[in-house]
Amino acid sequence: MKAPSLLVAFALTLAAAAPLRADARDDAKKQVEFGISVAQRGLWREAIYRWQRATQIDPSYAAAYNNLAVAYEHEGDFDKARQSYEKAVELEPKNALIKQNYELFKEINDRTTRKDGQ
Amino acid sequence: MTARLARTASSLVAAVAMTACTSYFEIPIETPIRPKLDVSAFQRVLVAGFISGGSEDVDANLETVRLLRSQLRTKSELRVIDADVLPLVDVASEGRDGSNGSEPAAEPNPEPHAPPAQIKDEKDLEPYEHIFANVEYWKKIGEEYQSPLIVTGTIMFTPHQRSGFVQREQEVFDSLGRRRVVPIRTYMERKGFILKPKFVFIDGRTGTTLHSETFREEILYNANQSTPALSSYFELMDRLIPSFLSTLSSQRIRGTRVLLK
Repeated sequence: MKAPSLLVAFALTLAAAAPLRADARDDAKKQVEFGISVAQRGLWREAIYRWQRATQIDPSYAAAYNNLAVAYEHEGDFDKARQSYEKAVELEPKNALIKQNYELFKEINDRTTRKDGQ
Repeated sequence: MTARLARTASSLVAAVAMTACTSYFEIPIETPIRPKLDVSAFQRVLVAGFISGGSEDVDANLETVRLLRSQLRTKSELRVIDADVLPLVDVASEGRDGSNGSEPAAEPNPEPHAPPAQIKDEKDLEPYEHIFANVEYWKKIGEEYQSPLIVTGTIMFTPHQRSGFVQREQEVFDSLGRRRVVPIRTYMERKGFILKPKFVFIDGRTGTTLHSETFREEILYNANQSTPALSSYFELMDRLIPSFLSTLSSQRIRGTRVLLK
């Protein structure tokens, strides 16, 4: 008797959580889209703020981390760019576009940190 | 019911296609690269001269000084000093005779390990390299030019040839006249040059070395192709100039990235 009620409670929790997740993703997506529109106009600081908000709202949103990494790269903040790319790749390891961005970033980063004679 | 289903399906397909088309945006970015060396203490830069060797067809000392000065004039905030190019080979040879390199020795002593008159390979450069550690000499040069950042070093520009299999693309047509490009491996004799510069950055106030960096670039052509040595030199220098400049001044690397929705 107890087990079925637990199952029901679990199912209800899942059912309630799913729309919450969807809502979070929707909110985060709005921030991401706004960030893209301002980045396209060269307002990278504002874009960073928007994409940071998106990652706070939905920490599993790989696109937000990818965009954040691009913005940090543009601002010359390589440590934060690397962290954000790594998070994006961790969340979506098969996303070719994220991997492509990360590879391009690493190429530049390696060049700047290259030691004497290498 | 069927019409509704079809409408839903078609709108779903349209939505998927739309998402596929608009879910990413290519955006140009300019990545700022911080200089490897903090040159904020300097207002002037003196590209003093280089110990050069290898091909006799190019005066690598003179050409490198000219090229670096012109690049620094346009791409660095430091004021470039126009001065005669230092004959560092002579200065280094004199320095070995105990005159410290700052003035010519009266009577050079013959030495068992005297530097070679002609620098043909990297080993020949070694007897001259002590000049870069000669703090007094560089301090004196620094005093003469109001304590600039001094750029010096060695340049080896040597002819090079290599033979072996290389992969190249060849156009082929099938029986229907359709064109295809296929990779083929062919044995080729190639010749070209290797450029190996070592840039040494010296503090003109103290005469000490702040930073040094070695690069290597290589170019090969078909053996039957005749490319002037000077063209090859500039082609190779062109590849490493951005790295040289990034040591002294912040650079912006242009590229594109993809933003995702």
